[in-house]
Amino acid sequence: MAFTEEQLVRYSRHIILSEVGGKGQKKIGKARVLVIGAGGLGSPIALYLAAAGIGKMGIIDADTVDLTNLQRQIVHHTKDVGRPKVDSAAEKIKDLNPDVEVVTYQKYLDAENALEIYADYDYVIDGTDNFPAKFLINDAAFFSKKPLIHGGILRFDGQLFTIIPGESACYRCIFPELPPQGIVPSCQEAGVLGALAGLIGTLQATEVIKLILGIGNPLTNRILTYHGLETLFREIKIKKSPDCPLCGSNPSITELTMPVQEVCDFNPLEAEKKDQ
Amino acid sequence: MFVKINGKKEETQAETLDALLKSKDIEPQMVSVELNNALIARTDLADSPLKEGDAIELLFFMGGGI
Repeated sequence: MAFTEEQLVRYSRHIILSEVGGKGQKKIGKARVLVIGAGGLGSPIALYLAAAGIGKMGIIDADTVDLTNLQRQIVHHTKDVGRPKVDSAAEKIKDLNPDVEVVTYQKYLDAENALEIYADYDYVIDGTDNFPAKFLINDAAFFSKKPLIHGGILRFDGQLFTIIPGESACYRCIFPELPPQGIVPSCQEAGVLGALAGLIGTLQATEVIKLILGIGNPLTNRILTYHGLETLFREIKIKKSPDCPLCGSNPSITELTMPVQEVCDFNPLEAEKKDQ
Repeated sequence: MFVKINGKKEETQAETLDALLKSKDIEPQMVSVELNNALIARTDLADSPLKEGDAIELLFFMGGGI
């Protein structure tokens, strides 16, 4: 496939990079990436991958756009409140770059649909906001052998790392089991600085593009953490654990099931009323 | 004694990882703990003695994203 004149101009700042070139830009154009969650992390991920000219992008999210989302979910605009997030995101992606094939899934990822959806993609990016989803995304990546870029944010801090299933440390190598409900606050409960989501999501997008191009050192076997109040990045070395319940030598998880955590019915408006 | 916690030198009286978490009011279920680059199982925290100069990483769960 040759580039059109328009594409040569559009991607010229990539093509001029010797590590990318025309060859690399074609790799980006053939890559298929699944973005799970069209929210705080998913917004910059989807926009940067679209701008980069990713071949096919799947976006999965069951929710509709809410006014409280707009503080950080920059793929959604004020006029989108009430619309399905996947429709709102797909529209912006197409506006930004009509080259990108967008597939939307207005549903939750679950143990029944995950492997089937993963099968259509080469890479998976986690932009979800809850632990059952984060563990499910990790487990499904292991069973389908798809590289995963994990990301998480809370308040002013964020973390991310890349998982090459079977080769590098997975999420469960570090966090074998889900935390009990209520032990770890959610962004809904504890808040999150909007721009922080942009920062961590942009790093996730950068890491997946590196994997696609096969350049640089992937963020495997190390967690990158960002501490916004101190403006400090830290790298923590991690290892694939022989005791990992998923990818260890004697795994207890041998098929994909929905990780269970108690349901949280926290309502910030109710809590606010109680505070007053 | 002095230990390094998440890259910062801190003084502690705690003699085990379990006691260190207690002294910092951290629930063991909130974190994964590395001692000198080795992940310590939650069940082993009480049996993991600390010594001068140990490097401890407290890896917190971060569930946000949306």
